[in-house]
Amino acid sequence: MPQSDNEHRPMTSRDDAVFKVRGVSKVYRMGDVDVHALRSVDLDLYRGELVVLLGASGSGKSTLLNIIGGLDVPTEGTVIYQDHVLTTANDAELTRFRREHVGFVFQFYNLIPSLTAIENVRLITEISEDPMPAEKSLEMVGLADRKDHFPAQLSGGEQQRVAIARAIAKQPDVLLCDEPTGALDVKTGKLVLEAIKHINTELGTTTAVITHNAAIAAMADRVIHIGSGEIVSIEKNEVRADPADLVW
Amino acid sequence: MMKAIDLKMLRDLWHLRGQAITTALVVACGVATFVAMRSTYDSLLASRDGYYAQFKFADIFASLKSAPESVRSRIAAIEGVTAVETRVVATVTIDLPDVREPVQGRVVSVSETDPNPLNGLYLQRGRALEPGHENEVVISGAFADANGLRPGDHLSAVLNGRLRRLFIAGIALSPEFIYEIRPGDIFPDNRRFGILWMNRKAAGSLFQLDNAFNDVVLTLGPSAVEADVIQRLDSILEPYGGFGAYTRTDQYSHRFVSNELAELQVFGTFIPAVFLGVTAFLLHLVLSRLVNVEREQIGLLKSFGYRDRDVGLHYLKLAVLAVAGGIVIGIGLGAWLGTGMAALYGQYFHFPVLDYSVSLKVIAYSVLISIGAASAGAVLAVFKAVSLPPAEAMRPETPPNFHAGFLETAGFRELLSARSRMVVRNIIRRPLKAFLSSLGISLSVALLFIGFYFFDAIYRIIDIQFGQIQREDVEVTFVEPRSGLSVYDLASLPGVIRVEPYRVVPAILRSGNRSRRVGISGASNDNELRRIIDRDFRRVNLPPEGIVLGKTIADSLGAKKGDKISVEVTEGSRPKKEVVISDIADELLGMGVYMELSALNRLMNEQSTVSGAFLSIESDKKDAVYKRLKTTPAVAGVAMPESTLTSFNETMARTIGTSTTFLIGFACIIAFGVVYNGARIALAERGRELASLRVLGYRQDEVGRLLLEEQAILTSFAIPLGFAIGLGICVIITRVVDAEIIRLPIVFSVRTFLFSGLIVAAAAILSGLLVARRIGHMDLIAVLKTRE
Ligand SMILES: Nc1ncnc2c1ncn2[C@@H]1O[C@H](COP(=O)(O)OP(=O)(O)O)[C@@H](O)[C@H]1O
Ligand SMILES: [Mg+2]
Repeated sequence: MPQSDNEHRPMTSRDDAVFKVRGVSKVYRMGDVDVHALRSVDLDLYRGELVVLLGASGSGKSTLLNIIGGLDVPTEGTVIYQDHVLTTANDAELTRFRREHVGFVFQFYNLIPSLTAIENVRLITEISEDPMPAEKSLEMVGLADRKDHFPAQLSGGEQQRVAIARAIAKQPDVLLCDEPTGALDVKTGKLVLEAIKHINTELGTTTAVITHNAAIAAMADRVIHIGSGEIVSIEKNEVRADPADLVW
Repeated sequence: MMKAIDLKMLRDLWHLRGQAITTALVVACGVATFVAMRSTYDSLLASRDGYYAQFKFADIFASLKSAPESVRSRIAAIEGVTAVETRVVATVTIDLPDVREPVQGRVVSVSETDPNPLNGLYLQRGRALEPGHENEVVISGAFADANGLRPGDHLSAVLNGRLRRLFIAGIALSPEFIYEIRPGDIFPDNRRFGILWMNRKAAGSLFQLDNAFNDVVLTLGPSAVEADVIQRLDSILEPYGGFGAYTRTDQYSHRFVSNELAELQVFGTFIPAVFLGVTAFLLHLVLSRLVNVEREQIGLLKSFGYRDRDVGLHYLKLAVLAVAGGIVIGIGLGAWLGTGMAALYGQYFHFPVLDYSVSLKVIAYSVLISIGAASAGAVLAVFKAVSLPPAEAMRPETPPNFHAGFLETAGFRELLSARSRMVVRNIIRRPLKAFLSSLGISLSVALLFIGFYFFDAIYRIIDIQFGQIQREDVEVTFVEPRSGLSVYDLASLPGVIRVEPYRVVPAILRSGNRSRRVGISGASNDNELRRIIDRDFRRVNLPPEGIVLGKTIADSLGAKKGDKISVEVTEGSRPKKEVVISDIADELLGMGVYMELSALNRLMNEQSTVSGAFLSIESDKKDAVYKRLKTTPAVAGVAMPESTLTSFNETMARTIGTSTTFLIGFACIIAFGVVYNGARIALAERGRELASLRVLGYRQDEVGRLLLEEQAILTSFAIPLGFAIGLGICVIITRVVDAEIIRLPIVFSVRTFLFSGLIVAAAAILSGLLVARRIGHMDLIAVLKTRE
C-alpha cells in the first residue's frame, strides 16, 4: 500500500463537493398512478470519497444514481457536477458528460457477449480522451490473464471485475456502481468490492456503491440511508472496513 | 487494430449468418435482375441506335403503286428531308426444295450507285450485289440460317409471275429488319419468310418498274417536323397511288424492338423493386430483433458515452455489411444472366453486333439502390436503438402484453388447444409484423404467378389465334386484286375443300384530327375458316353496311360505336367516304378493321373483287396444292398458320421457359428467405418458452410444430394474398405491353394458381424444417439461464 487511507479521506469543505444534488424528485407516471421514486433529495458527494447508498429494494437508489450519472433526468430539482448543471443539459451534453467523467458498473455486468474481456474494455478506451491502457485496467482488477476470454467463459465475479475494469479504464472522475455484488455469492462479492476499494484508493476516484446489503456499508466513508425516495440519514464511518473483513 | 465496436458488429453478423445469408441472397436476386435487365436494355438500345446511325435507318417510309423516278427530286425538296432512297419492293413466292410449303419472300431493291444507301446492308457472309448482275440476290441472315442457305447456293422464286433461278451472292442484315417477320404476324417464322435484296435495275425490270419506284424511304434533319413531311409526301405520292407515309413508330421491326425495350425497362424496374422491398423487410425483421436483444448493450454503450450517431451507425453498418455480399454476387450473377438474355434477344433481333456490357453506371446504381433498401429496412430498428434512453435500456423489457384474440372471444376458445392459443396470440400480438411477413411471402407467390401467367396468356393467344381465328390450311395472296370469279380457279384445284375469298384495302381512317393507316378486311359472315373472334371467344358478325373497328384502333382514333369516321382508300380509285362504326371488336390483336365483303366492294366502287383467299385442303393433297401454289404466277404469297405455330413452339416457347425457370428460382429464394428468417426469429424470441415446454416433457417434434404453425398460418394467408397481388400486376402488365402488337388476354389457369401456391409452400416447408432442426440442438439449461 503506497499511501495511507487517510491521505484520501475526503475533506468536508463545501467547495470540494463534486456533485450537488438539490431538491431532486422523480415521478414515474404509470397510467393513472404516480410513482414517487425520489422525493426532494438533497445530497453532496465529495472528491475522492467512497459512499454507500443503502436502502431496500424499490427505495429509489438506482433512480438517484442514474440521475447523478446523467443517465436520467429528474422531474424536479437540480444536479450540479462541478461547473456543469446536469439538469438543464440536453441529451448530447449528457452524453458528453458521461463520456468524459463517469464510469458505470451494473448489477448484471452488462458485458457485450460478443467481445472478449479486453475488447469490452477497449470499447470504452476507444472513445475516451485520456484512458489507461486496457491491459492495465484489467490488471488492476486482477484479470490480466483472462483478457482474451469471452464473457461466457468467465465466472460471474470475473465478469463483474471486467465490468469494473471497463468502467475505470477511462480514468473517470466518478465511479457509480449499482448493486455490483447483487448477483454474486459472498466470496466473489468480496473480490469485487476489493477491486472497487482498490480503485478508489489507487486513483482517488469518487465512488458511489448502491446496495441493499447493510453489511457492505462498513467499507464506506459515508453511508447514505434511503427509504421511500428520501434520504433517511447519513452516517459517517470513522474507519473504513476492509471488504475482506465484511461478513454477511 | 479494428475498433472494439466494429468487432462486436462483425461477431453479431457471424452470429446472424443464417439470416444474413438468406437476406443477402434476396438482395443478390434483386441486384441480378436489375443488372441483367438494365444492362441488356442499355446494350440493346446502344446496339440498335449504333446500328441505325451507321447503316442510316430511315425516318419516314412510304409505299405506292408506282411513280416515275423523276418524282424523287420533288420528295428530296421537301423541307427537312436530308436523304431519299427510292426502291422497288415486292412480295414473291420462293420454292425451297426442303420446305414443302411455299415460302414467302420480300424483294427489296438496293441502289447500284449509292455506296452508302439508307437502310444499308451489313454483309455477314459472301459478297455484295454486283452492278449489272441480274439474277442475283443477297438474302437475310435469319432466313439463310433457318434454311441452311449459303452464298453460292441457288433458289427458285416466282417473280412477278415468272419462275426464276436466283444466285445467292451473300447474306446480310438490315436495320429495317432487325425483327424479321412477315407483315401482319406476331411471331417470326424464319423458315418460311425471308428478305431478298436485289439490284435496283434488275428488280425494276422484273416488276415493270423501269425508271420507276413503288417504295420510298427518307431521313430527316434534326429540325424537321415529321407530321409536316408526311403530309407533303402523301400529297406528292397521292397521284401515284401512295398508301400513306408513316414514321418509325409504325415501322414493323422498329415497333417490336422498341416495345421489347419498353418492357425490359418496366420489368427491370419492377422485379428488382420487389426483391429490394423484401430485402428491406427482412433486414427490418432481423435488426429489430437484434436491437431488442441488445437493448442492454445499447444502454450500456450509451451510459459510457457512446453517442446516438455512434449507436445508429453501428446497426446501419451491420445492415449494409449483411447485404454487401449479396450485392457482389448479384452483380456477377446479373452480368451472367444479362449475357444470356442478350444472346436470347440475339435470336430474334438481328444485329450485326450485339455488344453486351455492364456499365459502371448500372453497377453504381445497383449498389446505391441496394444500400438504400438495406438502410430503409434498418431505419426503424436503428431509430429504436438510437432513441432508447440509456437508463431504460438497462431494465429488462416488460413482458409483452398478450390478450385473447378475436377467434377466442368469439367462442372458439374451446376449440383451440393451449398450444394453438400460443400460436394465435403470437400472431395477433404483432399484427403489422405478421402482415409484413405474409406480404413478403406473398410477393414470391405473386412473382411465380406472373411467370406462369405468361404461359397462360401465350396459350390463350395460340388457342384464339390458331384454334379459332386462323383455321385455314393456307392463305393465298394475289399479286393484284382479282375478280371474285378467281375463287373458282382455286376451288377447282384437286384436294381444295373450301375457299373463302377476302379483300384487303389500304386506307387512312380519320376521326377529328387523329388518323391511322389501316388495312380494311372484307370478309363474309359465312366464313368458317377465318373468322373474327374476340378475346372471350365470341364471334363478331359483320353488318351489311358500316365498319367494325378493333378496340386498339378505335381507342387510338378516339372513336366509338355509332360514330362516323372518314375512310380514305389509298388503292384503286381512292374513294373517300364517311362510314358509320357499327361495332367495336374486342380482339386479341386490336388492329383489325372489317367490313362485309360486298359492302367493301361497294365502298370501292368495284365489282366483286378479292385480294386473296383462305383455303382448307384435304390432308393428303396438301403437298400437291402447295406445289401448285409455289409456281402459280398470280399468287404473291402464301401463309400457313400451322407452320407459324410450329416455329413459335420451337423458339418463343423456349425463351419463355427459360425466363420462367429463373423467376421460379428467384421466387423460391424470397419464400425461403422470409420463412427462414421468420422462423429463426420466432425461435430466438421464444426459445425460453419452447425450452420450458421441452423441460416439461414436450417432445421435440411437438415443440417444432408449435414453432412452425405460426409460419404455416402466415404462409396460408400469404398464398391467396399473393394471387391477388400477382393478378393485379398481370393486369398492369397487360396495359403496359404495346396493345398495337398484341393485347395480352387476362386469363389464369388452375395450374398457375396451383403451381405458384405449391412451390412457395414447398419452399416454406423446407426452410421451416431447417430451423426446426435447431430445436434438437437447443441447450435446455443454457436457454433457461439466459436472462431476457
Ligand atoms: N421506468 C420506471 N417506470 C415506473 N416506475 C419506475 C421506473 N423505474 C423505477 N420505478 C419505480 O421507482 C421506484 C424506485 O425504483 P429504483 O430506483 O429502481 O429502486 P431501487 O434501485 O432502490 O430498487 C420503484 O417503486 C420502481 O418501481
Ligand atoms: Mg436498483
